[in-house]
Amino acid sequence: MASSEALTSTDYIQHHLQNMTYGKLPAGYIRYDGSVVEQDTWTMAHTSQEAKDMGFMAVHVDTIGWSIFVGLIFAFLFQRVAKKAHTGVPRGVQSFVELITSFVQNTVSELFHFNSRIVAPMALTVFCWVFLMNLMDLVPVDWLPQAAAIVSGDPHIYFKVVPTTDPNATMGMAFTVFAMMIFFSCREKGVIGFIKELTCHPFFAPKSKWYLNIVLIPINAVLETIALVAKPISLGLRLFGNMYAGEVIFILIAILFSVGLIFGLLGGVLQWAWAVFHILVITLQAFIFMVLTTVYMAMAFDSLDEH
Amino acid sequence: MNINLTIIGQSLTFIVFILFCMKYVWPALISVMEEREKKIADGLEKADMAEKDRELAKKEAAKQIKEAKEKAAEIIEQANKRATQIVEEAKETAVTEADRIKAAAQAEVERQVSHAREELRSKVAVLALSGAEKVLGESIDASSHNAMLDKLAAEL
Repeated sequence: MASSEALTSTDYIQHHLQNMTYGKLPAGYIRYDGSVVEQDTWTMAHTSQEAKDMGFMAVHVDTIGWSIFVGLIFAFLFQRVAKKAHTGVPRGVQSFVELITSFVQNTVSELFHFNSRIVAPMALTVFCWVFLMNLMDLVPVDWLPQAAAIVSGDPHIYFKVVPTTDPNATMGMAFTVFAMMIFFSCREKGVIGFIKELTCHPFFAPKSKWYLNIVLIPINAVLETIALVAKPISLGLRLFGNMYAGEVIFILIAILFSVGLIFGLLGGVLQWAWAVFHILVITLQAFIFMVLTTVYMAMAFDSLDEH
Repeated sequence: MNINLTIIGQSLTFIVFILFCMKYVWPALISVMEEREKKIADGLEKADMAEKDRELAKKEAAKQIKEAKEKAAEIIEQANKRATQIVEEAKETAVTEADRIKAAAQAEVERQVSHAREELRSKVAVLALSGAEKVLGESIDASSHNAMLDKLAAEL
């Protein structure tokens, strides 16, 4: 950040980790410049504290914006190719798109053995979307925020370009997957079957000792519920954690640029090296998210009676 | 790092993209890819069949060539035989013709010889008489010596 204010490294890092937040400030709230909000107001947060005080009624404009933007790139590209696709020799973009599609299809068909119209397209969406969101991490950390500052005329603007470094984005996706898990579990096994799965597994006494089940069912319920809830949380936090850590390291490397020529050069080399390594990370994380989503769907479709 | 409405926004976006992909992207791509797969499989099968056909045709062609060669050899042999036969026949004819011509010539010669002899015979008496007349200087009575002369003529 080339700002006229003397920025410390801490400020620089914190500034980079703050989302552009649009939210509701309650009446009577004292703003960063000392003015008092007279009634509930929807506005941009000017400080991290303001963003925090907005509570739940706030939107990260940059996260939503960039995720929709890269998602539209994916949707537009794939839809265009799908519309024009022909059965002749595939060339250029078509063969690239088909390569990804067949890769996803192979992966899904290995993990998911049921009939579903939604799981494979979901895996493709997850893979491409998460990959593109992660890819924003490879854009040098200051470029887009700087551009936003110039465009908006506000040198202090918050602008975080990697949606997957925002837990809202990853947890939002993870909870959607979780909701679909529950929906498909109930659809495939019935509500009773789903409850049975949560309570009569892994410990279940045979009929002759039915009274043992009174003790076992609560134990099962606790174990299974924890296992169930842990799935979306680990799914979302894994992606968030990896991307957040990568982003922080990029920011730390970027601090070197302001230290001096030698450190700047070192920073350039480090940034390049970390970006190369990060190409692996972003692809791997997108792939893991896709695989786990598919596996969770397979678990939802899989009824225990078949075992 | 605050959890807020973004989480719901992101969920809705996610669902919209999944539905979009499910409706407009995935089925079209997969159907095209499967169709192509089938086309390629068909093509390979056809290529295999064509290869077999070619193999068969090659065998058939080889067989026909062999047959044709055999037939040609046979025809040549027959022709040779026929040629020899014709030559033989021609020779025979020639020999016969030659014999015939020779015989005719001989007959002619003989005829002419006998003719000449007849003529000679008829003239010999006169010649002998005139010769004898000249030798003897006097006329010879033809009738009185006729017997002798006839005997002479017969000896010729």
